[in-house]
Amino acid sequence: MRAAPYLLSLPALLLFAGVVIVPLVMTVLLSFHDWGQYKGIEPVFILKNWQEVLTDSYFHEMFWRTFRIAFFVTLLAAVLGAPEAYILNRMKSPWRGLFLLVILGPLLISVVARTLGWALLFGGNSGLVNKALISTGLISTPLPFMFTETGMVVALAHVLMPYMVLAVWAALQRLDPQIENAAVALGAGPFTVLRRIVLPQVMPGILSGAIIVFALAASAFATPAIIGGRRLKVASTLAYDEFLNTLNWPLGAAVAVLLLFALIAVVVGASRLVERRYAQVFG
Amino acid sequence: MSRNGPLALVFHTLFVTFMLAPILVVCWVAFTPEGFLSFPTDRWSLRWFYAIARYPEFISAFWRSLWLGALSSAIAVAFSVPAALAIARYRFRGREAITALFMSPLMIPHVVLGIAFLRFFTEIGLGGTFVGLVLAHIVIVLPFALRLTLASAVGLDRAIEHAAVSLGASEWTVLKRITLPLVLPGLASGWALAFINSFDEVTMTVFIAAPGTETLPVRMFLYIQDNIDPLVTSVSACVIVITVAALVVMDRAYGLERLLVGKGADGR
Repeated sequence: MRAAPYLLSLPALLLFAGVVIVPLVMTVLLSFHDWGQYKGIEPVFILKNWQEVLTDSYFHEMFWRTFRIAFFVTLLAAVLGAPEAYILNRMKSPWRGLFLLVILGPLLISVVARTLGWALLFGGNSGLVNKALISTGLISTPLPFMFTETGMVVALAHVLMPYMVLAVWAALQRLDPQIENAAVALGAGPFTVLRRIVLPQVMPGILSGAIIVFALAASAFATPAIIGGRRLKVASTLAYDEFLNTLNWPLGAAVAVLLLFALIAVVVGASRLVERRYAQVFG
Repeated sequence: MSRNGPLALVFHTLFVTFMLAPILVVCWVAFTPEGFLSFPTDRWSLRWFYAIARYPEFISAFWRSLWLGALSSAIAVAFSVPAALAIARYRFRGREAITALFMSPLMIPHVVLGIAFLRFFTEIGLGGTFVGLVLAHIVIVLPFALRLTLASAVGLDRAIEHAAVSLGASEWTVLKRITLPLVLPGLASGWALAFINSFDEVTMTVFIAAPGTETLPVRMFLYIQDNIDPLVTSVSACVIVITVAALVVMDRAYGLERLLVGKGADGR
């Protein structure tokens, strides 16, 4: 019976070996191939694409933009999503279940439809967002949202917000309300309770939510493509262009592989850091 | 547990407005009577919903997405049942690595998977075919199917199976009459979650779909890239209504919180 678990997972293992590992290895190899306008892809081993991606200032700017957008999306999601999860957790049923559905539901609605909504809301200088901001007196002249990084950050924060709320919500479920009550009984004000009791305990949830949101924001495609238009490129839309418009597949593969490795480094590094930090507290 | 103060409720209202605004705006604009994008105020019209019928590519893309989602989710569930039983019941060398491999499509950016599939399918002669789409979608929805199947396989009471064996049931009978019926709710919810993820997937599919094998989200995306007009808002409104209906059904049947919090708790 020692072979049983291997036999049981064999079908899926074969599928993944054939349809995930082989294509990924082929993509890494592709990034070392040569390409020319007329000769197409040449299966040789050269470092040209990697040199171009790593030294050309165009790619530096593009990767810097990708990670800058991802950072601000993460920040916005944490600043709005974490308090909302806390408020949601303090609600009574049926409101709690209803609003949880309202906030998590968009996760399952097509990203294209949600981004279209933002494109309509931003729409030029007369967009609803600008009208609302001007009528509240927050700004006096319309802000550009379409085709800007600001617009991308707002739309992506909306698209990825449910992941942050979910992560913080999960952390809040493990929280013992008696600790809050004990703090209040010992004379702590509501702000102190929040800062000294609640926040430290949900911090792992916020951080794990931040890692997910960052990774998804840095590799998002449909939202940056629609809001950013054809000029404002991020890593994934640039790779798409190289593959389906310029047809320089090896260069596109180099961009994609670099994005993959950069993200793995960030996610693994951040997870290690979080685990070490909280192992000291709880271990 | 204390109650939310007025400040918290103001924040909550603004937050819910932020989450719902883009979705409601799409549905609102879809009812415009004009030939351009505008917010209908006094006059409402269904003309852009009727207009969908004149664009067969949206209709055929919708059916393709439906079939693709149903088929790839069903196959993904079929692959994940034995894998879930192996992971749930045995402690074997490489168990963690195998689990991580099966969950890896969640970690790998979909744009990278799209590129890898495009290259791979072109090389093996499946470029732009429906078979290629199904293979790719099986892989990307398998983690969702596996996670829910695994959850029900872990929670399964082995004593019931032992009782069946002691009463003389063969291994095959135990599997068919005891094990599978017990994990069935997990399979159904795994299939539903996999289906929705396949139905919404655009980033990976946009690389491997050719004209004639485009899915609905890909068709919508390519349409928006060219121009945004009321037609695409009415198509989006239909997609939103269908998704919300599915959401409500799933919430009633399994509880959306259970479906999604399981999804968020261990990292995705």
